[in-house]
Amino acid sequence: MKISRKGFLEIGGLSLLAVAGKTAIGALLGKVEAETGSQPGAAPATRWAMVVDPAKCAEKDGCSDCINACNKAHNVPVIKDPQHEVKWIWREPFENALPTQASAYTEKKFRGKAVMVFCNHCDNPPCVRVCPVQATWKRQDGIVMMDWHRCIGCRYCVAACPYGSRSFNWFDPRPYIAEMNPDFPTRTKGVVEKCNFCEERLAKGQPPACVEACKEKALVFGNLADPQSEVRQLLESRYTIRRKPELGTQPDVFYLV
Amino acid sequence: MRDRGVIYTGLLIFLGLMTFPVWHDLAAGTTSRGPQPILPKQEKQCVAPLAYMRTSHMNLLMDWRETAVRRDVHSYKAFNGKTYNMSLTGTCLTGCHTNKDEFCDRCHNYAGVSVQCWECHVDPKLARRSAP
Repeated sequence: MKISRKGFLEIGGLSLLAVAGKTAIGALLGKVEAETGSQPGAAPATRWAMVVDPAKCAEKDGCSDCINACNKAHNVPVIKDPQHEVKWIWREPFENALPTQASAYTEKKFRGKAVMVFCNHCDNPPCVRVCPVQATWKRQDGIVMMDWHRCIGCRYCVAACPYGSRSFNWFDPRPYIAEMNPDFPTRTKGVVEKCNFCEERLAKGQPPACVEACKEKALVFGNLADPQSEVRQLLESRYTIRRKPELGTQPDVFYLV
Repeated sequence: MRDRGVIYTGLLIFLGLMTFPVWHDLAAGTTSRGPQPILPKQEKQCVAPLAYMRTSHMNLLMDWRETAVRRDVHSYKAFNGKTYNMSLTGTCLTGCHTNKDEFCDRCHNYAGVSVQCWECHVDPKLARRSAP
């Protein structure tokens, strides 16, 4: 069979169009899938979140049960020097924790009162975006996870986090750990660390250490994807605020008003 | 050539000093001795066959690390059907090799390998000792 020059060009053009069209449609479909994947409607079965009740927390003045439990569970060093301190969960004065809520006329009962703060496990975490080695990433269940093996200590994430939730190990933290817990690694000089929502306990089906330690039940932990969960019930029945919502980081830690 | 005696004596002393490590090890008998790691008594089978562990335990531990930390999968199905929790301290050091210094360290020191694992991962024996 003899093929004319015109026929050859026609067949070649059509084949090219078919290949290009298939790739384009595939890419479009893939993109649509990726976009819907990040929407809350198509969220996975688990989305961990915490609701903090500052009123309940204030019932017992000077209580540090949650902080102590966390430090013990994760070998968090206690370093007094504020330039070198390492914090996973800590007390922050009301004006600093929720700056948009504080005014010159802030009620006296709030002024200077401690609010428990920790990593917000944001839906849109700036720390994850800036990490050059993907040592920190957003898990499907909402936890902003860290891989200390991979952290190179550049501290971009420390600069990016608007909540000061990340601490850097300026020196070997081991001498500052009162009681070493062998079930959890310590960190080493030159890595960043932060609250991990007790992912190691969640993997075993246990609640976070701070939640378990709080006798006042001021910390409520649960699954946002489950409409029956305690956190969802609280969020639907009470008014809650989040830290610095204007930044668009979408924290998964809520404060009851 | 009046200094011949001095030169040869000097050369002998020099050679003796240079080769001292060889003489020393030969005399101590360490050259023929291996690292002699002490194997656990209570457990006879590791999570993988001995030959594989001997050459590739670091690869297995790397795989464990990636799987547990980055994929949130914590149980490991071994070649013999048993499942283990993927944890260096929790499984390896607590279950079998309670003598890290006589097992891990002995071989690593012998081979001149310095690993970074222990900068973070805790030897349970040391943790207990440091507890008040």
